[in-house]
Amino acid sequence: MALSGNREQRKLTQTPLLKIWVPWVGCNLNRRRGSSVPQFCNSPTMIVMVGLPARGKTYISKKLTRYLNWIGVPTKSFNVGQYRREAVKIYKDFEFFNPENEEAMKIRKACALAALKDVAAYFSKEQGQAAVFDATNTTRERRAVILSYAKERGYKVFFVESICDDPEIIAENIKQVKLGSPDYVDRDEDEAMRDFSRRIDCYKSSYMPIDDEKDRNLSYIKIFNVGSRYLVNRVQDHIQSRIVYYLMNIHVTPRSIYLSRHGESELNLSGRIGGDSGLSPGGHKYAKGLATFIRGQNIKELKVWTSHMKRTIQTAEALGVPYEQWKALNEIDAGVCEELTYEEIQENLPEEFALRDQDKYRYRYPKGESYEDLVHRLEPVIMELERQENVLVICHQAVFRCLLAYFVNKPAAELPYLRCPLHTVLKLTPIAYGCKVESFFLNIGAVNTHRERPVNVDINRNPEEALQTVPDHI
Amino acid sequence: MRGSSGTKLTHQPDRAVCMTNCPTLIVTVGLPARGKTYISKKLTRYLNWIGVPTREFNVGQYRRDFVKIYKSFEFFRPDNEEGLKIRRQCASAALNDVRQYLTEEGGQVAVFDATNTTRERRETIIQFAEQNGFKVFFVESVCEDPDVIQENIVQVKLSSPDYTNCNTEEAVEDFLKRIKCYENSYETLDEVLDRDLSYIKIMDVGQRYMVNRVLDHIQSRIVYYLMNIHITPRSIYLCRHGESELNVTGRIGGDSGLTPRGKAFGKKLSQFLETQGISDLKVWTSQMKRTIQTAEALNVPYEQWKVLNEIDAGVCEEMMYEEIQDHYPLEFALRDQDKYRYRYPKGESYEDLVQRLEPVIMELERQENVLVVCHQAVMRCLLAYFLDKTAEELPYLKCPLHTVLKLTPVAYGCKVESISLNVESVNTHRERPENVAVSRMSKEALLTVPAHQ
Repeated sequence: MALSGNREQRKLTQTPLLKIWVPWVGCNLNRRRGSSVPQFCNSPTMIVMVGLPARGKTYISKKLTRYLNWIGVPTKSFNVGQYRREAVKIYKDFEFFNPENEEAMKIRKACALAALKDVAAYFSKEQGQAAVFDATNTTRERRAVILSYAKERGYKVFFVESICDDPEIIAENIKQVKLGSPDYVDRDEDEAMRDFSRRIDCYKSSYMPIDDEKDRNLSYIKIFNVGSRYLVNRVQDHIQSRIVYYLMNIHVTPRSIYLSRHGESELNLSGRIGGDSGLSPGGHKYAKGLATFIRGQNIKELKVWTSHMKRTIQTAEALGVPYEQWKALNEIDAGVCEELTYEEIQENLPEEFALRDQDKYRYRYPKGESYEDLVHRLEPVIMELERQENVLVICHQAVFRCLLAYFVNKPAAELPYLRCPLHTVLKLTPIAYGCKVESFFLNIGAVNTHRERPVNVDINRNPEEALQTVPDHI
Repeated sequence: MRGSSGTKLTHQPDRAVCMTNCPTLIVTVGLPARGKTYISKKLTRYLNWIGVPTREFNVGQYRRDFVKIYKSFEFFRPDNEEGLKIRRQCASAALNDVRQYLTEEGGQVAVFDATNTTRERRETIIQFAEQNGFKVFFVESVCEDPDVIQENIVQVKLSSPDYTNCNTEEAVEDFLKRIKCYENSYETLDEVLDRDLSYIKIMDVGQRYMVNRVLDHIQSRIVYYLMNIHITPRSIYLCRHGESELNVTGRIGGDSGLTPRGKAFGKKLSQFLETQGISDLKVWTSQMKRTIQTAEALNVPYEQWKVLNEIDAGVCEEMMYEEIQDHYPLEFALRDQDKYRYRYPKGESYEDLVQRLEPVIMELERQENVLVVCHQAVMRCLLAYFLDKTAEELPYLKCPLHTVLKLTPVAYGCKVESISLNVESVNTHRERPENVAVSRMSKEALLTVPAHQ
């Protein structure tokens, strides 16, 4: 950060890894400049869930946490039910949740406080920026406790209340996530359903939804019936605005997302990165194979998306269905390294090559992009994928890795090394709190384009060490 | 042509996503002086900027065209049969124009700006939309704060053609009576009765929103936009980086540092900002050296946005126009033919830039006082958004070096003050030459290139 006092213009230097211009060498970038979310807000945000059991609070918590982390906001969710399971090793039955059960109430309150303490530790010691406090929080009293805890420490609070009275949705909910819960591991289905319903009843009598009048000074979003209606009050800042936008775009309609790379390209064959080449003969074969595969999947109303690059478009053309081109799906821009082989990069830019291996997520090619930049560019794609139902995305290796990391919740360190081989389709189907992944290799040979992180990432390493993990090519 | 793609679904070749298959009719709802026209105009401007052809239809305007002279609030009395007849006719005429715009003129979104305060009137509109295959999205503005309403009346009603011959007091009094005429029959969008409609209800100028049944992408974007705008007075300052080394040699793009004159601009900029006495100014730059060097001279914290980087000229990066003409005469001509959509080989187009800048615009809407230190093409895109310039005009907007534009939202638009900080610089503005044919001679192509070293 520029400090006042020294009026003489400092010489700017560009940091070698991120390619960011900073006022002086060793300048402490206390705010990450590359992330997608502008760092306007210095105070951490507590997102507090509100709602009866089986209203999707944990589903929303986990999804929101996954999204915020992916866009670069360090976020963690704290599920009070988990704390309770650790405190009370064995769950007997719904009586635990009876409001008259004083001993249980004590335990439950202690669990909530323990979770709050962990939230505070996450913010102060682990540089967390957002925490999702996942519990029913159905009484004004409990919410008041949370509000004062946050106020004392300077955290912003944003409530997310889920209200649903559709019995079918609730029953489906219970089936999908409750029956498989550790609480019901030894029960049969009907017994578990009965017990859980009585558990919900325990909360109902004391449930006080966020009140339009009394709580008019709070910041919150109320989600009605899985998103058919929303009430939004007092959005305070950028991150809350993004959270609202995200929550208003997600849905729970069953669907599948298919991810695939383009067919093998000419440049792939010669081990060159980037560029805008066409498909190799093998790549054309894959495109036809993909068409057959997709037809076989019998997908209702499939949308097909490609990038603006020749190889994805050629692949889509073989499908014989309408498709849409997104510039945002273009492969990572390798800047001065475009169309080079790894051997050439090592020869001409050995330091860059080493820096990339040191931090592949944040490393930005000279005059190019980083994976971090890619994630930022792909955010509208993710948002639209959330809105859509069945979609096939034909893209590129680095782009695929970013999208996949979002769906299966991989952190930045793992993202650039996710395996996304050519001629393989991934089918992602949201289920319970996560995503089922099915991988289909369409049995058409292709080169391997996956380069593992070599053992030696030091700038002083010799070329053999650098090129050890380069996959074979012509 | 560079930039246009192959198989297309929509008539927006390089738009990121197919916005709608059927056109959308946005219908405002609310008592007078609740900001409906403000919202209509702003939303129309935003949608056009992001590439969705949109037009607003203000029924009050139709009424003014029909009833040449406005006498008084009596026209709006609910028992004024003749007034009602005229008002219904005006609404019909407007809807007719809507139909024409959406079905014959390539419009994608129409904003029907009127009070639409009765369920009966809204039902008529819904039927009209159904008959024509339009989706309907209601935008209701509800506000009971008398200060806000008063300020509203002062800002936009007093200067309305209806009140040119009245003094302030008379106008305010008449207008308040006009509002009263609507109040008794006002049926707000109801959670239960209107549960099948798609709408957003904006309460108290954005403190609270009720959103119901968002059907598609465009409605979702509209909701997001409406939830981010505010009316708190503020100013946005736009300027380019100080003159750069590459500017002086007539080269485009690159990542060079400032010339001595460019550095002098930085200092002058700092002094200028001090005289402006701005509370809580946010400063944004791109991630290119020249904007950062400029911001460094201000000695205040600033935020770097990669998306504010200058347009990527691809293979033409760091070339002079003379060199582009020499090496890529075809490209050079194509660019002059359609500068907005033209994409540099391995680079970007203005159209791509607009898409990349959308999050900046959204955040500018959320913020208050901001200084954006950016680049020529970027500044043109941002300016076009604020001043409602078309895609044709955008790439030719004049954004000279060493000049600050101060934009202050006022009434339905934006006041622009251009402040030159009196530091000499090279001119980087190249006008569209007369001859844009591919077969033109070098001389004709280079006619409008500004002087450089």
